[in-house]
Amino acid sequence: MTTPMREMDRRLLMDRSVPGRRAVALPESDVPAQPMPDATLLRDDLPLPEIAQLEVIRYFSLLSQLNFSIDTNFYPLGSCTMKYNPKLNDAIASLPGFANIHPNQPAEQVQGAVQLMYELQEALGDLTGLPGVSLAPLAGAQGEYAGLLIARAYHARRNDSARTVAIVPDSAHGTNPASAAMAGLEVVTVPSDASGNVDVDALRSLTDERTAVFMLTMPSTLGLFEPSILEITQIVHSAGGLVYADGANLNALLGMVRLGDLGVDICHSNLHKTFSTPHGGGGPGSGPVMVTEELASFLPEPVAAKSGDTYTLDTPEHSVGKINGFHGSFSILARAYTYIRAMGRDGLKAVAENAILNANYIQAQLKDRFDLAADRYCMHETVLSATRQRKRGVKGLDIAKRLLDHGIHAPTMYFPLIVDEALMVEPTETESKETLDRFIEVMRQIDDEVTSDPETVRTAPHTLPVTRLDEAAAARKPYLRWQE
Amino acid sequence: MVHTVDRPAGGRIAGGNPHPYIPATDADRAAMLAAIGVSSFEDLVQDIPEHLRFPELTIAESAPELSLSAELAAMAARNVTPGDYACFLGAGAYRHFIPSTVGAILQRGEFVTAYTPYQPEAAQGTLQTGFEFQSAICQLFDMEVANAGMYDGPTAFAEAALMACRLTRRNKVAILETADDRLTAVLRAYSAHQQIEIISIPADGANTPDDIACVAFQSPNLFGVIEDVASLTEKAHAAGALSIAHVNPTAHGLFQPPGKYGVDIVTAEGQPLGVPLSFGGAYVGLFACRQEHIRQLPGRIIGRTTDTQGRTGYVLTLQTREQHIRRERATSNICTSTQLIGLMVAVYVATLGKQGMRDVANLCYQKAHYAASEIAKVPGYSLPVVGAFFHEFAVTCPRSVAETNAALLKRKIIGGYDISDRIPDTMLICVTEMNSRGEIDTLISALREIGGAQ
Amino acid sequence: MNPEDLKYSKEHEWARVDGKTVTIGITQFAAEQLGDVVYVDLPAAGASIAQFAKFGEIESVKTVSDLFTPVGGKIVEVNGAIKDNPEKVNEDTYGEGWLLKIEITDAAQLDGLMDAAGYESHTAG
Repeated sequence: MTTPMREMDRRLLMDRSVPGRRAVALPESDVPAQPMPDATLLRDDLPLPEIAQLEVIRYFSLLSQLNFSIDTNFYPLGSCTMKYNPKLNDAIASLPGFANIHPNQPAEQVQGAVQLMYELQEALGDLTGLPGVSLAPLAGAQGEYAGLLIARAYHARRNDSARTVAIVPDSAHGTNPASAAMAGLEVVTVPSDASGNVDVDALRSLTDERTAVFMLTMPSTLGLFEPSILEITQIVHSAGGLVYADGANLNALLGMVRLGDLGVDICHSNLHKTFSTPHGGGGPGSGPVMVTEELASFLPEPVAAKSGDTYTLDTPEHSVGKINGFHGSFSILARAYTYIRAMGRDGLKAVAENAILNANYIQAQLKDRFDLAADRYCMHETVLSATRQRKRGVKGLDIAKRLLDHGIHAPTMYFPLIVDEALMVEPTETESKETLDRFIEVMRQIDDEVTSDPETVRTAPHTLPVTRLDEAAAARKPYLRWQE
Repeated sequence: MVHTVDRPAGGRIAGGNPHPYIPATDADRAAMLAAIGVSSFEDLVQDIPEHLRFPELTIAESAPELSLSAELAAMAARNVTPGDYACFLGAGAYRHFIPSTVGAILQRGEFVTAYTPYQPEAAQGTLQTGFEFQSAICQLFDMEVANAGMYDGPTAFAEAALMACRLTRRNKVAILETADDRLTAVLRAYSAHQQIEIISIPADGANTPDDIACVAFQSPNLFGVIEDVASLTEKAHAAGALSIAHVNPTAHGLFQPPGKYGVDIVTAEGQPLGVPLSFGGAYVGLFACRQEHIRQLPGRIIGRTTDTQGRTGYVLTLQTREQHIRRERATSNICTSTQLIGLMVAVYVATLGKQGMRDVANLCYQKAHYAASEIAKVPGYSLPVVGAFFHEFAVTCPRSVAETNAALLKRKIIGGYDISDRIPDTMLICVTEMNSRGEIDTLISALREIGGAQ
Repeated sequence: MNPEDLKYSKEHEWARVDGKTVTIGITQFAAEQLGDVVYVDLPAAGASIAQFAKFGEIESVKTVSDLFTPVGGKIVEVNGAIKDNPEKVNEDTYGEGWLLKIEITDAAQLDGLMDAAGYESHTAG
């Protein structure tokens, strides 16, 4: 982040508006004047800003400088995979042949685009061992919902509709139960054991003829690989249920192991995590859904197919239907495909290897100062706990805020919910050892500060454009748009 | 199978070169392994069943930027691209002028590569631009509250219908028959397991049942015609239901905003406001409602507040509605606001401003009406639907739409959207400020030739 | 810190008995666990409610909890001021932060609640 020379003028556009100014001019109409409709249909007032072009650019440019971002900061936000977003991805997505094509053009007009989709499907199928792929879901949560629709449709087609329970580990992300509820499934929680693994005995006793699906996050939200995975998938299958893997983050699995080989039936993957597409400050995402061959006929539309040299966009035979307007986040798909091709099969293995190595290195270098949620080797992220610091009067939240003063984005806090004072750190493979060493040093320094000067930590950040914001006031008296 | 062969050292790709996206050197890796206290990387992944570890992948080897960009440029060039071709296709996505400011701001990595603003002190740029987006949407639609963005227009529409069911505690959704079937299809997928009944009601809203949660309609509708929003809203309210309007944002530079008619929930595809067509995504769904319904609003919301020193700042607010807190009782499972596309919208609206938004709407209106009146004069063609329209209109052709469009394509024209399933041999033609008079005249003479050749 | 003259439920609600009318709210312990209260969703007056039934929801910035009534009966009054000033729950938990007044159906219900000492040992656990 660039610290502004002085505080930025934070006035909103409408407060900067001066009648008569404009930032762009449109041409005059080149057709004969047409009769206007009934005047009652036309609006009189259009309260929008009037601003010259330089001020538009300066306003948004200065605002951008108030952000932390991967391009400017180390951003070890656990479960979010804040890796470098290669610029080539953006350049490819912006090619006129990709950026300017219309979604209502039939597939035969846009063979290049459909080919890209087909090849991306093939790559995702290869990486996950789940060959049925639909790129339609516009985000992880939509991929997850699509996956659950597929599970329900599969059971219904087998006249097994009494399966209405989704079993979810207590460490799961909140979207799991939210999506399950949308899919009309009753959520039953299975606990984790002391080392952060699914309690296999509890799972066994919970699975029965009502089990539709077991939703497992892989690796777990504690950053761990589930050692009993083969037993787990076997338990669920023998009860007649399906195994859904929230593979939102595949970063640790690329070339390490394939979910399909482990007995997973359905998964989704967030392209904006593992496959380096930008997070954009909160989207757009893309969450393709991958399934076994047996389930492929239930995928949401469209699915790209190849016949001879021709590519088509098809609706699978028992498709769960249409889950959004068009064909998915194509501009994101183009970026992810570019990334996969740029990494190649060995590069993708190297991604997982270095992501795992970096996380374990941080864990090893900090475990004398911070408690670990689970004291074993982690996958791509490590979950620290600030319980020792809490005893000295400083919360995980305070440590997270203090990191901001050092130009480092905070880890994910208070997630997973089953860990007290959780600080989930995911360095990713794109950060250098020097950056990791600096993070480690800053974390140790803050730990020292918790003893020597806890007040400074408790009131951090001190060097950002704003200090802590009153979120309670924002929620009590919502002020949600510009007002005069 | 124990993995034995040729696994390249991490960070290296075929040929032994380090990958440009992975900085670790062999020395770095050796030092890190030593610090962890293991002798090899494989010691770290012992939990992965050995016989399944390190599968062989079939993905191609790494392609360097130079050759990859050439290969993908060739792939992109295989597409028939609007711009090279005159384009009269709309029906949910629209080709508009995007001022250079939008692309310039979208180059800012500080916006592009930030995450959801969970640390508001380090994300004021994202939050304030999101607040600008919410403000712009409220002003354009004359509504009290807008969220920070949904996935796209149709999913916003589906979420609106579900919200209406929650608010009214009813489970029947009435959709006007003039709406695009794709809106209904998405709602069907969203509501598949929620015991919600979807019914189609006639275009005049007559005989609307009184146990419905909402009257949902598209305006301009699938045929391009502007619905009688006031009357439909009145009918909804008379039934104790909500009125949901799925609109085109560009139209409201010229036409009355839905808030003026008392619409309860407004949804729209945000793509026309500065977002490239990109074969259907990524787009952003617009979603606005009344303040009183805010606790049932799905999606992210940004609110204004102050810091400990009294300075203005922005935060994500009303988060208890959302999945990460309310889990299975959340208003939606959505976790994104499609923020970056919302930023494009915010920069677009700021750049066009009051006058530009009027000008674009007016250009669309003028050109579309010119095209419609000229096409109506061509023998064999007719305009089968009556009513005020904005920039799209239905045209019945003397030959099938497939034949007509194939013949147009040979003349480097991308024709209209096929709605023959609704009206035989009919397409929906869209004309925007991007279509010059020359293109329109070429279309008309082409249609004349094609129609006369039967 | 918990007033001696009140009754307490395991779900962290308090009850102040005044003849047949029982005023209820959430305890200091619960308010502290929640943090800054930002919204309280309460039922309308006039409805009847069973003892220990859910009657509403209380939200802080990042949590939401169900509210369960310590006594059953008819809801005779709802604290309307809480809608605009939810912070009263934190600031004056046992006073202006009250939530409902209930006309109790059966005073024997009170026997199932704890006294201040009992509640303190409940929350100490």
